[in-house]
Amino acid sequence: MFLHGYGGQILDGTLETIKLALLSLLVAFLLGLIGASAKLFGNLLFKGIAQAYTTLVRSVPDLVLMLLIFFSIQMGLNNITDALGLPMLEIDPFIAGVLTIGFIYGAYFAETFRGAFLAVPKGQLEAGKAFGMSDWQVFSRILFPQMMRFALPGIGNNWLVLLKATALVSIIGLSDLVQVTQTAGRATASMFLFISVAGLIYLALTTVSSIVLWWLEKKYSVGVREAHL
Amino acid sequence: MIESFENFLTIINEYWEPFLYWDGTQFSGLAVTLWILTLSVVLGFVLALPLSVMRVSKNKFISGPVWFFSWVFRGTPFYVQLLLIYSGIVGLEFVRDTPLLYTFFISGYNCVVLALLLNTLAYTIEIFAGYIKATPYGELDAARAYGMSRWKMYTRIILPSALRRALPAYSNEVILMLHATSLAFTATVPDILKVARDANAATYLTFASYGTAALLYMSISFVLVWAFRRVERRALAFLAYENN
Repeated sequence: MFLHGYGGQILDGTLETIKLALLSLLVAFLLGLIGASAKLFGNLLFKGIAQAYTTLVRSVPDLVLMLLIFFSIQMGLNNITDALGLPMLEIDPFIAGVLTIGFIYGAYFAETFRGAFLAVPKGQLEAGKAFGMSDWQVFSRILFPQMMRFALPGIGNNWLVLLKATALVSIIGLSDLVQVTQTAGRATASMFLFISVAGLIYLALTTVSSIVLWWLEKKYSVGVREAHL
Repeated sequence: MIESFENFLTIINEYWEPFLYWDGTQFSGLAVTLWILTLSVVLGFVLALPLSVMRVSKNKFISGPVWFFSWVFRGTPFYVQLLLIYSGIVGLEFVRDTPLLYTFFISGYNCVVLALLLNTLAYTIEIFAGYIKATPYGELDAARAYGMSRWKMYTRIILPSALRRALPAYSNEVILMLHATSLAFTATVPDILKVARDANAATYLTFASYGTAALLYMSISFVLVWAFRRVERRALAFLAYENN
């Protein structure tokens, strides 16, 4: 029988992994934008917070942060509900996972966006002001659209790292692709086969992502001259 | 706030020895993390030199296999690679029947270092190959004009220049490797995170246990960043490297 009848579960695990990665990407993307804006345009307090966030998060392994944050969210919540005399709130592990991964990779996205913001030529912003645009107009019409183009390669890279990092959530107990294949491997005493299947699925996901990113970069670089050496 | 500070003190008081070097029966914690990191990064660097030169070869039969290797190892999560090597290979029949292979793959240390090595090798090859390809054309022309052989061109011009320019990207890769070593505990290797898990299981002080581990990893990261900055400032002085 195909994959000892574990095909359906593996498909479910794959979907769980994709769902987790996409939702975490959304969280990380937003946190990254906020972080980069705070670093570049914020006052001293916001700058300090954003600086601490990106430095601290990027210097600690993602697995350690996952264990730290994932379990601390629940315990912190318990403390709050205890103090208020409310019944215990069970936080959904999937949502905790999304928030945790999003929080970690938000720091990486913030650095990407910061670099991209800085890559937009200053003269263009001044030109916008000279046209009488408001700060918001300069931001939304000149700075932001160009920043996204500069950020695209970095975003793609971060996405691939994030996608691969979701493999760690099986350690904190989510039933993702790795968890499912590990269970199947143990039950049928054919670990090698099932872990290889997981590897191939990840390889397919990252390869498809790379192709889409390559296509996007091409699309958004229309009108940009490449240096031919 | 004060309570959690006291928790940290409790953990550090009771577990500083395992966190740094010795858990009572074997080496553990920081010493183990640094040992597996050094071993895999040094081996990876040495192997990446010839392989990155092969990677930029015009001959598809030479560059193809290297490309395939780095595609597979960069396209899959490190955890999956480690599981495959540590849990998967040992279950294969021909490995069980070959005593030499069996004794190699039954050891968590061997598997972790092998997995880390292959993983960093794949990324390092791509980094080095990228900078080899980006060698300024004039440098190659000059080397050819001097009548240098291929070997001389690589050892005197291309590699010294490419490796220097690759330093910032490579330092990033070493930090990511440090982060990857935190998975060693899944293969029973007593690294920093394993000690933190033991401390957590014994005391239930989750935040303090993992927080101590995080602080240790953070310190190693900062030391690595600082050391690479110094090396960069020396090695890239000729590029008028104005970072600080």
